Amino acid sequence: MSDLVRNILRFALFILVQVYILNKIPHLHRYITPYIYYLFILWLPFSVSRQWLLIIGFFTGLVLDYFTMTPGLHAAACLLIAYVRPFVINILTPKDTSDFNYREPSPKAMQWTPYAVYVFILTVLHHGYMVFLQWLDVGNFLDFVIKVISTTAISMLLIFTAELLFPRKLKFRTNTA
Amino acid sequence: MRNVFLFVRRYFTFFTFLLLQIVALWFLYSYNKFHRAKFLGVANEMTGRINSQYNKVEDYFTLKEENRRVHRLNDSLLNLQSRNFMRRDTGMNIIQDSLPYDTLGNYRRYTSRPATVVYNTINAQKNYMQLNRGSAQGVGDNMAVIGSDGSVVGKVVNVSPNFSQVMSLLHVQSTVSASLKKTGEIGTVEWDGKDPQFLTLKRIPKTVDIKLGDTVLTSKVSFNFPPGYIVGTIADKKLDAATGMYVLKLKTAANFYNLQQVHVIMNLEYDEQVKLNQDTKKKIEDPKKTVK
Repeated sequence: MSDLVRNILRFALFILVQVYILNKIPHLHRYITPYIYYLFILWLPFSVSRQWLLIIGFFTGLVLDYFTMTPGLHAAACLLIAYVRPFVINILTPKDTSDFNYREPSPKAMQWTPYAVYVFILTVLHHGYMVFLQWLDVGNFLDFVIKVISTTAISMLLIFTAELLFPRKLKFRTNTA
Repeated sequence: MRNVFLFVRRYFTFFTFLLLQIVALWFLYSYNKFHRAKFLGVANEMTGRINSQYNKVEDYFTLKEENRRVHRLNDSLLNLQSRNFMRRDTGMNIIQDSLPYDTLGNYRRYTSRPATVVYNTINAQKNYMQLNRGSAQGVGDNMAVIGSDGSVVGKVVNVSPNFSQVMSLLHVQSTVSASLKKTGEIGTVEWDGKDPQFLTLKRIPKTVDIKLGDTVLTSKVSFNFPPGYIVGTIADKKLDAATGMYVLKLKTAANFYNLQQVHVIMNLEYDEQVKLNQDTKKKIEDPKKTVK
């Protein structure tokens, strides 16, 4: 399966899971909405250019927005993490490229600790920015902080569960294929 | 000039980011202010189609509960039928043959259409739901939406040809005029964005004797909602010392967790009432333009 086809399938799957399962389950608490759809952006291949990352991020958010009827909210947050992603990857991956020939971010490709940091930074940015935009309309500061912390915690839990349940096959970038 | 081009090319990604970010925020704020966006009509059709497919499956899980509720409403409607009642003959025979009037000379003020909920959220602070009827089936903005057991659900804020979007009671900008069943005082029902099981009823003066469990109905002074539909029951009462008004916590009558069948209710005189209201304001508050 080519990268393109695989990512399109992944996109559809993440959006459907987010809209029809995570947004629909009886919520655990009023502060917590579990989010996982943005894992699609975290999993995009390293080879995607920064321009394309921005465009893909924007439209991922926008598609989810049309389901949740909040045009712009998730789009803004996704765009932010799509913009920050290359910087974080640059810091966390080894500079020596001969060691490093995986195609997309994963615990195997980056080691568990750097990968966890990568996921954590982008998760906090995504939730922080999104809850901030919601908070501008309503709510108080304590609500804002609790909401960011709790949604971040539950999303991290979901992402690592997903990583452990569905280990992706390791694909190498090689000259031969 | 060359330097400008170099500068733009150097930070091209950043400029793309800024531009898209501005577009996203523009969507967000223009939508929230007016509850609609021009492009939403098209997207509404698309998500509506996917939502209807999903809904076909989801409906099976709550069929039993829904049937029970429909049956209960049907039962109460049977009791209301006019053939259950008779009038003493007073010697005068009035014949009416125009449809909008019934034989007692009462005219029809509200009509109701059934609809199915195809998408609904309760975990946001601004919750909307989508119904499978739109402007092509006669649904328009500002119509009231009542659950299948006669409890208030929300009102229509946007329509596309085949779907319509409803602002549910669980929306921080929703306000509904409601009155106490026992004494008839009129207040406003709002939502604080926290617990989807509870609403807030404001502006009931402290002189009213309120007991927990009292019923709250839609009021007679609303343009959208027909009077007498249940909004909720009082779960907790607090007195706001500053205003001398109660702040009452209402348990919602509608169960927003598993809404499926709803009625969209149209006030046939809505336009006339709203127009009169606006004209009055214009005439009284800005008299120079209308009176010579």
